[in-house]
Amino acid sequence: MKEIYLDHASTTYVRDEVLGIMNKYFQDEYGNPGSFHTIGLRPKRAMAKARELVRDIINAKRVEEIIFTGSGTESVNLAIKGITEKYDTGHIIISTIEHEAVTETLYYLEHTKGWDVTKVPVDKYGLVNPKDVEDAIRPDTKLVTIMYANNEIGTIQPIEQIGKICRKKKVLFHTDACQAGGVLDLDVEKLNVDMMTLNGSKIYGPKGIGMLYKKNTVKLVPLIHGGGQEFGYRSGTQNVAFIMGFAEALRLGQSEREKENKRLIKLRTMLEVGILRSIDKTFLNGHPVKRLPNNANITISDIEGEAMMLYLNEFGICTSSGSACTSLTLEPSHVILAMGLPYEVAHGTLRFTLGRKTTKKDVEKIIEVLPGIVETLRKISPVNVNMDKLEIQGEKVYAN
Amino acid sequence: MPTKKVKLEKSDVSNKSQTEGWFYTDTVKDHFFNPRNLFYSNEDAEGYEYDAVGMVGSPACGDMMKIWIKCSEEQDCIKECKWQTFGCASAIASTSIMSEMVTEGGGMKLDDAMSMKPKDINDKLGGLPSRKFHCSVLGDKALRMAINNYFEETDQSDRKIEEKTRVIDKLSKTTDHDIEEAVLEGARTFEEVQKKTKVGIGNPKVQMDVEQLLRFYVEKYFGENAL
Repeated sequence: MKEIYLDHASTTYVRDEVLGIMNKYFQDEYGNPGSFHTIGLRPKRAMAKARELVRDIINAKRVEEIIFTGSGTESVNLAIKGITEKYDTGHIIISTIEHEAVTETLYYLEHTKGWDVTKVPVDKYGLVNPKDVEDAIRPDTKLVTIMYANNEIGTIQPIEQIGKICRKKKVLFHTDACQAGGVLDLDVEKLNVDMMTLNGSKIYGPKGIGMLYKKNTVKLVPLIHGGGQEFGYRSGTQNVAFIMGFAEALRLGQSEREKENKRLIKLRTMLEVGILRSIDKTFLNGHPVKRLPNNANITISDIEGEAMMLYLNEFGICTSSGSACTSLTLEPSHVILAMGLPYEVAHGTLRFTLGRKTTKKDVEKIIEVLPGIVETLRKISPVNVNMDKLEIQGEKVYAN
Repeated sequence: MPTKKVKLEKSDVSNKSQTEGWFYTDTVKDHFFNPRNLFYSNEDAEGYEYDAVGMVGSPACGDMMKIWIKCSEEQDCIKECKWQTFGCASAIASTSIMSEMVTEGGGMKLDDAMSMKPKDINDKLGGLPSRKFHCSVLGDKALRMAINNYFEETDQSDRKIEEKTRVIDKLSKTTDHDIEEAVLEGARTFEEVQKKTKVGIGNPKVQMDVEQLLRFYVEKYFGENAL
């Protein structure tokens, strides 16, 4: 049975071109870029080239603004704690739909260091209103961190406007752009960001590599002390192979994104229309237009997400769900709830995230098998939600 | 320097993406993919003549179960058990295997069925992953409710075992007794009680009541400074 992977927002495979470049740095060019001899100098030069490449792609001014880390999560931690460590306490603004890398870091700071956190809400499409961010800024606000695009529903935030407000109010602004790396414009000047997080595992690069862009004027307290690598911000011998892989993956993703985005949107639309037309009592989550091209998050009422996922898995289809049963907290996904989706249907969300190898055939296969799975589970289910009475933040949910 | 000293209620290194995945036993998978004792069709369900029915949970709290039973008065046992479940694989498999347990071997005596515990269902399934144990706690409740209703219908009200308890959360039908049990099993925080009982899921306003009871039972059994 052919496996159909539709969970690219979790992670992607490593592209051949990327792997090809990385391979050289395990055995041939294995030197420590901190060494003075030629075996160390060659990887050092290669790494410098990769850093310049990344700098140019995101339109940063200087190579010192590019810090390589061990993951997206580490970059987020560095961006947040690197700031908070400088103060006794203060105030931070995030949105209600941030990734756990942000929310858990702030939970920690809130409960052990007395930091105040404001979570600005999102509307029914998962969109932050920049005005809300502006209103939340206080004299003691030290940082605003809002994700570029959401990992569950794909909604793309108005980063440019939020950044403009932060500039005006002289508050630092960080964006977690992990989901945007291969698909959106990463120009930090245009986006008005002071810091930006990226990682390799979502852009067909290796896992275990992250990057933090940090404007030259921003000073951070490092999380990891030691030999002073990465301009003192992240000690530890650099993982040159992964850095090379990350830079190449970013370059490829960015150079191909326009063409690939078009292809993905076409397939994604086919998937959405196919599901919404063939299964009643379903609706789409996230913004209809301002959404990642590969994301389709769909709620199917009366049944539960994990059960659907398990059935799909039997057909070789790998997806993910925002249902409580896939989380530790027993609550449905905080992103789904933040959009105002009622609990009655919040357990029934499925996320499909398409990728470079996703074909029309794959999409057809899902449209072919999903209605049967839903029928089977609905037959077992005693629930029959009245969609006309469901309300999302005061508005009726549209079924089909 | 920290300005506010608050005890961390949960570790700063725990979140959902960090936990290990779980594996279902073959028995769980078998019952999930081939659920037993289902209605064949809508018509079958509508025309079904049952003796009593019981239902607990709600779609809001993530699990909901409805159980129909047919009993033999002479043998004082359950003859048929049909069901419907909204929930994950664990919940569906739990109800399916329970319907089998109460009907196999000529049918389970009503008194035995009445005293069935989530653990019995869990053991029969070969064990659910620990974090999915809560998915099996509603089945036996629905069954007890159905049997109580049966006693009511058949002039045996004296045999009803009313759980002389107070319902704290109407959605999950969690009682003060459930919270007591959760405490005895080691729960010390609201989240831990919730994990065991599903209390307050989809109904967050009950949290204060639960925390009050939690403190009460912890003090009762483990002393004043146990929390």
